[in-house]
Amino acid sequence: MAKREGTPTSPEPKRNEEPSELLRELVAHLRQNRTQLREEWVVRITETRLLTAMTKEEIFAEATSVYDSYVEALETEAFEALQAYARNLSERIIPRGVETHEVVGIVLLLRDVLARSLFAKYQNDFKKLNRILDAYEPAANRIANTVAVGFVQERERVIRQQQEAIRELSTPVLQVRERLLILPIIGVIDPQRARQLTEQLLRGIRTNRAKVVVIDITGVAAMDVTVANHLVQTVEASRLLGATVIVTGLSPEIAQTLVTIGVDLGKMNTVGDLQGGIEQAERLLGYKVERLAEPRSA
Amino acid sequence: MSAGEIRVAINSDQDIVSARQKGRVMANELGFSSGDATLIATAISELARNIVSYARKGQITLKMLNGLNRQGIAVIASDDGPGIADIRQALRDGFSTSGSLGLGLPGVRRLMDEFDITSQPGRGTVVAVKKWRQ
Amino acid sequence: MEVPILKQGSVLIATFQAALSDADLNQLRMGLVQQVVKFRSRAVIVDVTAMDVMDSFASRTLREISHMIRLRGAETVIVGIQPEVAFAMVQLGLTLEGVATALDLEEGLAYLNEKFKTTN
Repeated sequence: MAKREGTPTSPEPKRNEEPSELLRELVAHLRQNRTQLREEWVVRITETRLLTAMTKEEIFAEATSVYDSYVEALETEAFEALQAYARNLSERIIPRGVETHEVVGIVLLLRDVLARSLFAKYQNDFKKLNRILDAYEPAANRIANTVAVGFVQERERVIRQQQEAIRELSTPVLQVRERLLILPIIGVIDPQRARQLTEQLLRGIRTNRAKVVVIDITGVAAMDVTVANHLVQTVEASRLLGATVIVTGLSPEIAQTLVTIGVDLGKMNTVGDLQGGIEQAERLLGYKVERLAEPRSA
Repeated sequence: MSAGEIRVAINSDQDIVSARQKGRVMANELGFSSGDATLIATAISELARNIVSYARKGQITLKMLNGLNRQGIAVIASDDGPGIADIRQALRDGFSTSGSLGLGLPGVRRLMDEFDITSQPGRGTVVAVKKWRQ
Repeated sequence: MEVPILKQGSVLIATFQAALSDADLNQLRMGLVQQVVKFRSRAVIVDVTAMDVMDSFASRTLREISHMIRLRGAETVIVGIQPEVAFAMVQLGLTLEGVATALDLEEGLAYLNEKFKTTN
């Protein structure tokens, strides 16, 4: 239990204490008793079996910085700084496998440990205890909230990053020959994926120094106007990078969509199927193309 | 920690470059990808250009946005110029048109996530656009 | 702002800087045409690798440069447009239609070589 230190509470409390004065007194108490309170908190963290992914030393190190940030947030009420700290902390501990309930858990434990030390300190002055708690509780709850939100934000950011990586892997831009890229598109494309594909392709053109790109949309059932527009923009942007685009596998439905948005199909390089598109591309690149005789069916 | 809001006076074509460079810096600070920062800088350039071309002077305000779960940037282009008589016409989007005709507002709208415009003949114009970090 | 213009045989190579103002672009347009006349160049390569933003004015200027230089019987190739810049340009509907483009200086020269070979 925390020792009562500092000036003993007077039986006759001051009548007009400002909340900020109370907070200052509270912060001073938390700083004075830092060592014991932090120790007590770490004990309770271990008892409750939180942060099991971390070693004792790591818990102690993080506990120290969390404690100090907690007290500083109480003092300065600078919650933006606390949120930035929380995201930073999360960035460190998420890869260690720490979960949301653990982070919320330890912050609530700290809140409780500190609250109990206040009960102990002001136990002889009920009125003052009430006033101190009036100042402490909203601030402490806001801290718990801020840290939890910061952690969750960071977690969501990591998940989005992983999703992005998965999306990139699932639609590779393939280099089949020197200066020739193929982008086979399969399935449903939403505008966000379309935009991502365009950016990936443009980067690929630059990296691979591609002069011809074959975009195969045989596997695409339908395209709304927005996505069709993305396709057109992809063709135009590729040209700005010096690459010619051949679109293959254009279904009659998609052709119609393109015409609807004002695309002159005569100006767009289209070939019926992927094989034909690759041959066309090779011709453009100066390769001699010879189609082998069709195998006789048995 | 830098300013959450920056105002750039737009009086000449030099200010166009200045505004978009500041926009890029702010976008980088907000953690936007390089590609998105380019989109934002390009939008700023077009909006500033409209001010110079049609109103001769005005202001671009760049604001850092702190949403509930996301961050973003707001660009507000305001001027006391002649205003736009037919906003619907100005926003008409022909997908396959080549740019550099008129105000290029449909293009600016495509570059950003949110787009808002207030304008009346004789009352100037305010265009407010936002982009959020993905 | 000074834009370096190099002469490589019958080709002029102009390297655009990052933060060119409208006034700079206007000067460049006139300057390039003068140089083409002075050196009787057959082609101009405009390298925009350093341009981090290409807006409607820059795009229009490049098209005008290409047009004016063609009137002098020379070819223009724009090289070095960055992927992100290209993406932003097409969102704005700026396609540099009618102007030849290539990935970079090396590709631009290769393109001109091909073109001059076939037209000779």
